[in-house]
Amino acid sequence: MRIGYKILLIAITLTLSSCKNNESPNYEFMPNMYESVGYETYAENALFENNQTALNPVEGTIPRGHSLYQYEDSNSGYDLAKVNLTNPLESNEINVAKAKELYDIYCGVCHGNKGDGQGILMKREKILGIPSYLDEGRDITEGSVYHVIYYGRNTMGSYANQLNEKERWLVTSYVMKLKSDLKK
Amino acid sequence: MDIRYKKQYLSSYNFRNFFHFSKCSFIHLFFSLFFIFSYTNSFAQDVDITAGKTLFNTNCAACHKLDKKMTGPALRHVEDRLLNDQGLDKQWLYAWIRNSASVIKSGDAYANKIYSEYNRAAMTAYPSLSDADIENILAYTNQEKKAPVVAAAVASTTGPSNDLGLSNEIILGVFTFLFFLLAIGLFLVSNALRNFAILNDVKLIEEEKSKPLWKAFIDNQFLMLCSAILFLLVSAYGFYGWTMQLGTNQGYMPVQPIHFSHKIHAGDNQIDCNYCHSSARVSKHSGIPSLNVCMNCHKTIYEYTGETSEEYSKAFYDAEIQKLYKSVGWDDETQEYTGVTYPVKWVRIHNLPDFAYFNHSQHVSVAGIECQTCHGPVEEMEIMYQHSPLTMGWCINCHRETNVKVKDNEYYAKIHEELSKKYGVEQLTVAQMGGLECGKCHY
Repeated sequence: MRIGYKILLIAITLTLSSCKNNESPNYEFMPNMYESVGYETYAENALFENNQTALNPVEGTIPRGHSLYQYEDSNSGYDLAKVNLTNPLESNEINVAKAKELYDIYCGVCHGNKGDGQGILMKREKILGIPSYLDEGRDITEGSVYHVIYYGRNTMGSYANQLNEKERWLVTSYVMKLKSDLKK
Repeated sequence: MDIRYKKQYLSSYNFRNFFHFSKCSFIHLFFSLFFIFSYTNSFAQDVDITAGKTLFNTNCAACHKLDKKMTGPALRHVEDRLLNDQGLDKQWLYAWIRNSASVIKSGDAYANKIYSEYNRAAMTAYPSLSDADIENILAYTNQEKKAPVVAAAVASTTGPSNDLGLSNEIILGVFTFLFFLLAIGLFLVSNALRNFAILNDVKLIEEEKSKPLWKAFIDNQFLMLCSAILFLLVSAYGFYGWTMQLGTNQGYMPVQPIHFSHKIHAGDNQIDCNYCHSSARVSKHSGIPSLNVCMNCHKTIYEYTGETSEEYSKAFYDAEIQKLYKSVGWDDETQEYTGVTYPVKWVRIHNLPDFAYFNHSQHVSVAGIECQTCHGPVEEMEIMYQHSPLTMGWCINCHRETNVKVKDNEYYAKIHEELSKKYGVEQLTVAQMGGLECGKCHY
C-alpha cells in the first residue's frame, strides 16, 4: 500500500507543477493597483459603438496639431495636387537622415530603398507591379507624392495615420531625392 | 519548361495564322504549317513569354491579376475577350495601354464603360512600352491557366511509422498490454504457490517485525526539531518565490483572435516593427495597428504563399486572412469595402501595472534601443509571447548597465558634461542620469 501512496504523491506533484498555463495571465496582488481607473486606449467600453474606447475624431473636426488638406481624394484632386502642391518645409528643416529612416520603414518594403520598385515584398513576389519612381507614365511630383501618401492610390493604402504632416513632407522630399538619384 | 512554351507558341501561332491566312489559298496554309517547326525557334524570340511575365509583373501586376479582379479587371485572354465580345482589335489595346485617358476622352463607349465600372480608377499611361513589349505581355496573358497541382504527396502516412506499416503507438500499446498480462500471471502464480504451501503444511518464513522507521523518527526529539526547522525554512523560501512571481507574466502566450505570425511578417518578409507599431516612435504606447495598416498589404495579398508546416498549412493561413477581411469589411470578390466592420479583440500581452509609467518613444526614438532588447526574438515567434519579466528589478538592471545615448542629442549635452565630471566617468549610465529616481516611473 505504501507504494500506492508514493505514486499518488508523485502524480499530484507532477500535475501541480505542470499546471502553469501560459495561455492565461498570472494572478495579481491587489489588482486595483494594477488596473487603470481611467479608460485605456484599447480597452473595451460599454459606452461607445462596438464597445471600443478608441474612437475616430468627430467628423468635420481637425485634431490639434493637424491641418486641413485641401485636395480631395479623386482623380481631379490628384491632378490638381500634382501641379499645384509644393513642399512647405524650408530646406534647413529637412533632415535627410530622418527622412531616410522613415522612408526605409514605411516605403522601402515595397518601393525598395533606392526607389526602383524592388523592395523585399516585390523580390519575394508577395506584391507585384511596384513602379520605379522614374516611371514616365506617372511622372511623380512633390504634390502627387504627398497626395498619394495622404490618401493612397489604387492598391497602395493611405499612410496618413502612420506619418504625421511633417513626416509626410520629409518622406516626400526623400522620394524626390531618390527619383533624381535614379536618373543619374 | 521550354518545351511547354514552344507548344503554346505553336498553338497560338496556328490560331492567329488561321485567321490571317483564311483569305489566302490553302496551299499557303499548308505551306506555313509545314514550316512551323523551323519557324518555332525564331518565333520564340519574337514573342517572349518570360519577358512578358517580367513586364507584366513590373508594370501591370499592381492593379491586375490574371484570374482575379483587383483594382482593374482580370487579364487572362484579354485579347481574345476584347476581340470576341467587344469587337475591339489589338490597335485599341495599344492605344488604351499607352494612354487610357485619351481613349476615354475620345468618347469610346467601351473605354468609358470599363472606366466607370472600376470606380473611375485611372490606369497609368505606359507610352514607353514598345509594340514588342505589349505583344510579350499579351502572350503572357494568353497562356492557358495551369491546372492546380493536386497535392498527392500529402497522402503519405502521418506520424512516424516502421517498415511493417504499424505506428509506434500501436506497438507500444501491445507491449504494455503484454506486460500487464505477465504481471497478472506472476501474481496468480505466486498466490497459487502460497495456497499450495499452506495446503501442504509447509512453514512459510515470516519476516521479523522490527520497529517501523517513522516511529523511530518520532521518538528522536532532536531529529524532529531539526526537520521541523528545515521544513519551515523550505516552505518560507517556497512562499517567497511564489509571491515574487505574482503579477509577472513572463512567457504569457495567449491565443489571439487572428493568428498573426510575427515570424512571417517581421522575420520572413523583414517588415520593420515600426511599420505596424508606428506610434512606438512618437508616443507612450507602441500601438496596436488598426486594420487599415493590415490592408496596406493584404488588399493585394489574399493568400499565403510562403513556407507551411503540418500544423500551419496554407489553408490555415488563408482562413486567417479571411478573418481579417471579415473584420475590416473587405469584400475580396468585388474589391470593395462593405462598411460592416467588427473590432478584433486582440489580447494584450505586455501589460505594466497602472502604477508604473513607461514610455515607448523615450526608449525607441531617444535611446535608439532595438525592440528585441525587451521583446526578445519577435521575428522568430510564430505565436507572440512575453519574453522579459517586465519587473522593476529587470528595468533597473538595464538602467544601471546601459549608457545614455548622447550622440546627436543636444538636449542631453549640458547635463551630460556636468554630471560626467561629477562622477568622473566618460559615459554616464541611465542610472547616473537619474534613471533610478522613484518619480521617474511612479507618480
